[in-house]
Amino acid sequence: MASTHATDTNYINEFPGIWSWLTSLDHKRIGLMYMISILFFFFVGGIMAMLIRLELFNPGAMFDGNTYNQVLTYHGAIMVFMVIVPGIPAILGNFFLPLHIGAKDVAFPRLNLLSWYVFMAGAALAVSTMFLNKIDTGWTFYTPYSLKTGTSVIVMVLAAFIMGMSSILTGLNFIVTVHKLRAPGMTMGRMPLFVWAIYSTAILQVLATPVLAITLLLIAAERLFGVGIFDPALGGDPVLFQHFFWFYSHPAVYIMILPAMGIVSEIITTFARKTIFGYTAIAMSSLGIAAVSFIVWGHHMFVSGQSEAAGVLFSFITMLVGVPTAIKMFNWLATLYRGSISFQSPMLFALGFLFLFAIGGVTGIMLAVIGLDVHFHDTYFVVAHFHYVMVGGTLMALVGGFYYWFPKMFGKMYSESAAILSWILIFIGFNVTFFPQFVLGSMGMPRRYADYLPEFTSLNQISSIGAWMIGLGFLVALYVIIQGLLKGEKAPDNPWGSKTLEWTIQSPPVHHNFDTEPIVTAGPYEYR
Amino acid sequence: MTGFSIWWAALVNTAMASGGSFMPPQGTAIAADVDNLYRFLLIASAISCFILLGGMVFFVLKYRRKTANDKTPYISHNSFLEFLWSFIPFVIFMIVFVWGWRVYHDMRAMPENAFEVHVVAKQWAWDFQYKSGKTTTNEFVVPVGMPVKLIMTSKDVLHSFFIPSMRIKQDVVPGRYTTLWFNAEKLGDYHVFCTEYCGAAHSQMLARMKVVSQEDFEVWLQENEAEMTLAERGKKAVNTLGCVACHSVDGSMKVGPSWKGLWGAKAHALEEGTVDVDENYIRESILQPAAKVVKGYPKGAMPPYQGQVSEEQLQAIIEYMKSL
Repeated sequence: MASTHATDTNYINEFPGIWSWLTSLDHKRIGLMYMISILFFFFVGGIMAMLIRLELFNPGAMFDGNTYNQVLTYHGAIMVFMVIVPGIPAILGNFFLPLHIGAKDVAFPRLNLLSWYVFMAGAALAVSTMFLNKIDTGWTFYTPYSLKTGTSVIVMVLAAFIMGMSSILTGLNFIVTVHKLRAPGMTMGRMPLFVWAIYSTAILQVLATPVLAITLLLIAAERLFGVGIFDPALGGDPVLFQHFFWFYSHPAVYIMILPAMGIVSEIITTFARKTIFGYTAIAMSSLGIAAVSFIVWGHHMFVSGQSEAAGVLFSFITMLVGVPTAIKMFNWLATLYRGSISFQSPMLFALGFLFLFAIGGVTGIMLAVIGLDVHFHDTYFVVAHFHYVMVGGTLMALVGGFYYWFPKMFGKMYSESAAILSWILIFIGFNVTFFPQFVLGSMGMPRRYADYLPEFTSLNQISSIGAWMIGLGFLVALYVIIQGLLKGEKAPDNPWGSKTLEWTIQSPPVHHNFDTEPIVTAGPYEYR
Repeated sequence: MTGFSIWWAALVNTAMASGGSFMPPQGTAIAADVDNLYRFLLIASAISCFILLGGMVFFVLKYRRKTANDKTPYISHNSFLEFLWSFIPFVIFMIVFVWGWRVYHDMRAMPENAFEVHVVAKQWAWDFQYKSGKTTTNEFVVPVGMPVKLIMTSKDVLHSFFIPSMRIKQDVVPGRYTTLWFNAEKLGDYHVFCTEYCGAAHSQMLARMKVVSQEDFEVWLQENEAEMTLAERGKKAVNTLGCVACHSVDGSMKVGPSWKGLWGAKAHALEEGTVDVDENYIRESILQPAAKVVKGYPKGAMPPYQGQVSEEQLQAIIEYMKSL
């Protein structure tokens, strides 16, 4: 179905001027505003990552211990709270969730705009601490260190609190949108899997984030008023903080990865030109992962001093998360079977996701095995594992999703060869950076070390070289975006031959998305 | 790059010695159990990844797009296959779960006849107290072939006691005691790391573990400080007080300035003015470090040691610095 819209009017050029953007209630414009802000934060967090690897190429040459800890904290905090958690839902979710279900906008457009302002306020507060008194607690704010260190912890936890508020509002908006605004005929069972993934994520955002908010406020209260909650000197319990923190932050791990899985489902079906294998299983496994993720937090605390019984129980439940994850992996593999597979850049990123996520997944099982985790806990093995999942998984999917939807978002095509080059650099660079870290972890190198023993030198240097490849790859990706925006050829409405609703309208879409309300008569992946 | 090639060779040696798993040398029977479990997981993971990723590569090559109008079959699901790839992973997960539980249980079941050592962690050093009254810092000596139990607490923030070769780790928490045990089987020197982030010198919070024979251990326990020279006592004191976490004795840069060549320096540059390094300057810099801060170092990074160092220790430390 081609668009019959004959004019050149679209959501980008319909209302001119910066003010029309800053007050826009259009979910597509808000998605782009998130994109610009999050790309900027990603750049800042990426610089921090480069500085970390530069320092570890030759320890002591650049930073003292304090400076290193600050750089490490900002890398973690920015990447988690300002890039990976909001990344896919706020940018691509905002833009494509309403399009996917045939809606004109999200359920609460004003709330959506407010979410962006709240997010930016929190982010500005977080970044401001870089110019005040840099924090050095790590992104986890573990007590009692975070209660004792003389840095601007209160400002930073308030910033995370405010950004959490934004996350809750966005999640709430998406849940209501999915339930109330689906086009006629768009049953829950016909929703694209991206929508299922964003929906599961939204539930996590709404239910888990308040716990983080309360925990961060307790830290602020303890620092400001000396209320003894976590500090043993005041009669508190520092391990209690870890329980509270991971009660949010483990579900947050799935807030980061579930949307990525949604993107992968979209890309694989499109570029294999084949219906998804096991739609129901993939959709339900998203919900299953979301549900189980609430009761696995203790696997971050196997050596914290929690009881043996608790540790074993958490180890068992964590194994259960592995099952729906394995289901997804095998279903994607089965989708490729007898497909018609083309190797355009979004597909390369999706296949890269499968590759890296498989390694991230099996090493996750190793870490869930309690007797083995005792050795790996807080070593570089953990660092390698979560980067395989968060960067190899979420960021690969995010970049793949950008390339996939770029023609729809901007109505332009980008340079395919440059996009493939960015994939090669990121994919190879990623493995060069992080695979050696599994080995470092096995050898026993602890994480968050500004300096290391001589036997760890060679692997650290290899890892640092890989980091520069990744950095270069992302710069090429930036070039792809800018070159596409400035000089890209006009994109057709459906360049990849996809079947979901967003490809039935013009590129870029008009302000109100659909000229006539679509009536849905089939599932999202009707490739026959 | 010669340094690089030396460490590269060391890496290859580690790989060979560990049978490809890169785990550190096994110091206990439990370490061997952990490594067997790890080896099983490595093989199971390699097979899983081979099926998944090999299958992926095979499919994308075999079914690559041939014409612009390729038709694909409509395969919505297959309950039997989906059952298989849910159930088989589940069974494997349960096997490794129970296996991991058993290994963990052995790690945590404290033997009753263990030799107890008390450990106090602090920013950024490990203090060990033996029942004989002997105390050491960052020097952890244990007898071979005897279960050793550590009863640990922290003076300030969280730390974590990690001996890679023993495959054990336990967080050290202020305000309570946590425990750990192991039975070292081989003589030798091992690393002890702090693996819970604890601030500026976290990566310097290292202890040396020496596993010695029972006889040597008895001798070591009785060693008398009175037989040491004054400078030797000073060296022991700077280890005990944890000074060496932030100050090197070989000229390398750490959190604080190195002591090498410090003694007797004339017109040593400070943040404000200069100073001649003599006994009184060193005394003041230990007891009230903020009074005269060396140029280029942050004020307040070092806590004042007023009341924590005895006069005897101060004299011994000054004597030790003269010897550097």
